Amino acid sequence: MFKAEIKVTLKPGVLDPQAKAIADSLSVQGFSEVDAVRVGKYIEVILEADTAEAAASRVAEMGRRLLANPVTENFSFTLTPLEGEA
Amino acid sequence: MKVAILVFPGTGGEQDCHYVLTEVFGLEAELVWHTETDLRRFDALILPGGASYGDYLRPGALAKFSPVMGSVIKAADSGTPILGIGNGFQILLEAGLLPGAMLVNESLLFYCGPQKVEVVKDRTPFTRGIAPGTLLDLPIAHGAGNYFIDEAGLAHLEANEQIVFRYAGSNPNGSVGAIAGVCNAAGNVVGLMPHPERAVEALLGSEDGQQIFKALINYWEAKK
Repeated sequence: MFKAEIKVTLKPGVLDPQAKAIADSLSVQGFSEVDAVRVGKYIEVILEADTAEAAASRVAEMGRRLLANPVTENFSFTLTPLEGEA
Repeated sequence: MKVAILVFPGTGGEQDCHYVLTEVFGLEAELVWHTETDLRRFDALILPGGASYGDYLRPGALAKFSPVMGSVIKAADSGTPILGIGNGFQILLEAGLLPGAMLVNESLLFYCGPQKVEVVKDRTPFTRGIAPGTLLDLPIAHGAGNYFIDEAGLAHLEANEQIVFRYAGSNPNGSVGAIAGVCNAAGNVVGLMPHPERAVEALLGSEDGQQIFKALINYWEAKK
């Protein structure tokens, strides 16, 4: 078993109105050092796979087909083997 | 002409579409649940608005894997007129049947109100006979109608004349090029965020939406 921790983020150059609202709010609260904010999604998937390579290939396919929209979003992930199951 | 109105879990606009087609225009129309896998008995398809699958992940992202979508893609490839309205447009974008993607509105607000919409292209089954430049008064109601396509994609859309509708006057959601609706390269698949099916009787503020359905009837009559 593996745990995939997947990040979906808007591509650079795609306007992110939520992030702009957050950046403005941080600035109003005195965080004047804030230069930029981007908002994304975090998705956790627990999956069965024989090897880390096999798991990575399946997670990449999930990203392409569903988890991210290739027009506006990038996705990346890390894999962790889960203990306790063969 | 027999029209299928596709219904996904969370679709909300199917009865309005059915009313327009059957009561206003006297056409044959059927509500079709998303588990249907054969649409060959229909001459046109409508994907109505609403919030399929609760808009989870991204609007339209989960509906694109509904069983019916395989036959929607087949129908698109064979030239069947297909109209996506609101969430139906978002589903067609997610399914890759139309170019581009939707982002949340620039204002972050769900916007609901009347909107002037310019018809840019008349060579589609849903705008046939409407002179380019015509302004329609149509309601819009969405939180993620901010149409996005990158610069190269926009240039491609313009060169291929795939922009069908633009917002006139103010841009309500931040869409690139004030785009309110696009079509595929062949022109048979059209998506738009405004709701023509909610503007078919003067009592409700506007009957300009009738023109979209009249266009389909004109198209069908000319094809016979």
